[in-house]
Amino acid sequence: MKKNILYFLLSISIILLVIVFIIIANRNFDSYVIRILNLCAIYIILGVSLNLINGFTGQFSLGHAGFMAIGAYLSALLYMSPELKEVNFFIVPLIMPFRVIQLPFFVAVIFAGLFSALIGFLIGIPCLRLKGDYLAIVTFGFSEIIRVIFNNLQNVTNGPIGLKGLPTYTNLWWSFGIAILTVLVVKNLINSSYGRALKSIRENETAAEAMGVNLFFHKSLAFAIGAFFAGLGGALLGSFIMTIDPNTFSFLLTFQLIVIVIVGGLGSITGTVISAIIITVLMETLRSVEAPMNIFGLHVPGIPGMRMLVFAILLMTVVLFFKKGLMGKNEWSWDGLLKKYFPDNER
Amino acid sequence: MTFNVLLQNLSNGISLGFLFALIAIGYSMVYGILNLINFAHGDIFMMATFFVYYAIALFSIPWGLAFFVGILLTVLLGISVDRFAYRPLRNSPRISCLCSAIGMSFLLENFAIVVFGGRPKSFFRPEIFTKMYTIFNVRIHSVSIVTPVIAILALLVLTYIIYRTKIGLAMRAISRDFDTANLMGININKTIAFTFAIGSGLAAIGAILWALRYPQIYPYMGIFPGWRAFAAAIMGGIGSIRGATLGGFLVGLLSIMIVVFLPALAGYKDAFIFIGVIIVLLFKPKGLFGEE
Amino acid sequence: MSVLKTDNITMQFGGLTAVSNFNIEVKDGELVGLIGPNGAGKTTIFNMLTGTYKPTRGKIYFYDKEINGKGIDRITSLGIARTFQNIRLFSDLSVLDNVKVGAHVHLKSSVWKTIARWPSYLHEEENINERAISLLKVVHLEDLKNDLAGSLPYGEQRRLEIARALATSPKLLLLDEPAAGMNPQESKDLMKFIIEIQNRFKLTIILIEHDMKVVMGICKRIIVLDYGITIAEGNPIEIQNNPEVIKAYLGVEATYA
Repeated sequence: MKKNILYFLLSISIILLVIVFIIIANRNFDSYVIRILNLCAIYIILGVSLNLINGFTGQFSLGHAGFMAIGAYLSALLYMSPELKEVNFFIVPLIMPFRVIQLPFFVAVIFAGLFSALIGFLIGIPCLRLKGDYLAIVTFGFSEIIRVIFNNLQNVTNGPIGLKGLPTYTNLWWSFGIAILTVLVVKNLINSSYGRALKSIRENETAAEAMGVNLFFHKSLAFAIGAFFAGLGGALLGSFIMTIDPNTFSFLLTFQLIVIVIVGGLGSITGTVISAIIITVLMETLRSVEAPMNIFGLHVPGIPGMRMLVFAILLMTVVLFFKKGLMGKNEWSWDGLLKKYFPDNER
Repeated sequence: MTFNVLLQNLSNGISLGFLFALIAIGYSMVYGILNLINFAHGDIFMMATFFVYYAIALFSIPWGLAFFVGILLTVLLGISVDRFAYRPLRNSPRISCLCSAIGMSFLLENFAIVVFGGRPKSFFRPEIFTKMYTIFNVRIHSVSIVTPVIAILALLVLTYIIYRTKIGLAMRAISRDFDTANLMGININKTIAFTFAIGSGLAAIGAILWALRYPQIYPYMGIFPGWRAFAAAIMGGIGSIRGATLGGFLVGLLSIMIVVFLPALAGYKDAFIFIGVIIVLLFKPKGLFGEE
Repeated sequence: MSVLKTDNITMQFGGLTAVSNFNIEVKDGELVGLIGPNGAGKTTIFNMLTGTYKPTRGKIYFYDKEINGKGIDRITSLGIARTFQNIRLFSDLSVLDNVKVGAHVHLKSSVWKTIARWPSYLHEEENINERAISLLKVVHLEDLKNDLAGSLPYGEQRRLEIARALATSPKLLLLDEPAAGMNPQESKDLMKFIIEIQNRFKLTIILIEHDMKVVMGICKRIIVLDYGITIAEGNPIEIQNNPEVIKAYLGVEATYA
């Protein structure tokens, strides 16, 4: 029992540290750094939620962008003011009741997450019997279908024009707050009987079922929770980049998340967190390679496409040479740290 | 809808169907032998057009030779992709191969953007391929006539290879039972390389015919025909050449017909393809036309 | 009331009849052996009992409750557990976690309470942990509890599978060739082990085996299958002397326990 209290206090202190960090950051860091911090946190949310489905439950889903799109759009439609909506929907007016509704950001995001979870659950149902490649194709298909639908429903999503001028509610409190929530929820789920059930499905579905693990329930659970946080992440992303259109949530985005998850290690939350931070920073750094630069007075034209090329090479390198990613299936835990630095303290 | 317009669209659909069939066969063959969906296939298709383009633009090779060179380079590309991205993962879990395939696809696309540039280029069209002929009051593009001819020729050659040569036998053996084929002394790697070679070659032929029809080439051009062809392979029954061909027609005709008969739903055309794939995978995983 | 009773269950795959009109009645505490040549349909019967296959015809009663056609996990929760012919462990999970998975089926806490680390969940988790460790002690694997299941040698993997099946708190345990790949000493230990767990956990056991020493040694009643049909049923002596059985299966071997 004493161990549990100790771990609890250690976790609380981490959270306190993060809070202090955010206060300092908001006061002192310039906006570019804050932007990167926000993106890191958002990608942590997206990466960890994807890892729940793909890494821990072994259901290789390529549909995450679809859940993000739902989260982003639904939340936007709820928190945008009626005036802003009118400005955006100039071709075809937005349907009721969205046209007149305006909810606080917090409420909008929760709704978006819940609806995403529902869609995640529904998409999970046909996927139950599919394995490997086929599952990937079907989930990708659903994601594309969502994109096409959003591209066409002019009176709901404003079609290909998308939504512009979204108010920036996303700040370090929101992004880090939800990131911490995501990590906590997924961690608590994974390190529990339900978590073991999910992992058993990944390891050997037939045996898992024979041991009494209901495949439908557990796979749906993974999809629903994964989609929930993807929806939250999408909502945060939308309010962050201020403009969303159906192509914002394309396969490219899912691909980036796949890279994050694979590089970090398919079965490790810690790995995903570290990887998300590294890759987000890498992405932003590479952005500068794509734009024209002035090096010692020489105008060097940008190399568009370089960013994604590096990404693709990174993924290939990890898949071919570092199959387990950064952390494999290992996690950092208080338990592990304690054993390392206080090996005699086995009470 | 006049009869003429119908015929017009029909001929378009059939021509498109052959194109999709040529590409779909590549997906099918690789899946049949490796149980791997080669996500990079559509991008190999794309690279073929650029090979031909640069052969003409940079080296001023006459177009006939350029076509040949392009096909050859594409075949080499296909073999290399297998050699470097898939062969090392033969014994790894399926997910690794899947990720490798996706990574390869992005790699080729962005390589093309970086090296060739993202702006569309105009594919060189020899005189004879730009003519329009009027047969029975229907205007048919010369490419629409050439396409079926070339495609049928290619399919005949392919059928011959598969059913009458030793290596074709090896390919069929591996698709049936990988381990036993291995034990029987069949050189797995060589046979797989050959499979990729054929698939890429067919894709290259399809790519050239496509580019003659739609002369704008750009790095992402493989995505649309790639997914359509892939859907065709799945719906026809992945692993089966006959399935890929029939599937190609199905998708080609449907693509045109949906736009023609249900113009209101034209925007959802992409979605229909995926709905089709999903329905087939869920209810008839062996495809609509059964197994080979 | 019998633990298990089947009523002419038949399994057909297309044109092939794997099992035909199989009848069995097992009473509480029995240890029944199911033998027959390869392909006789033994594992098919297990698959029907556990819900992996739905019998083409016939009914299965578990404590007088009809279970044919019910889902695999449901049947496990009702109290039937099995081990597999080819070991199916969760290789990348620890030995302890493998056993704990078996306990999941009887978990009462909801997902919410689990995530929120509700006291009632923490209590359950602790029970699961204690029970899992005690099960590992029974199979003599408690020292390896943190090792990966996939790293265990063959014999220990078999024992782990049994421990995992026991974690589901079964009333009926189906063992599919537990002695496969074992040397004579290991088989002897296995025999002792099976009797031990039967007494300790008050189990009813049905055993598929090819090792005749084991079958004749511990099974009080044996059913012999050939081409999906029951050709004999009785105690070890009766079976060993049954000409049909000898013809179909036992061959010329005359040395048993």
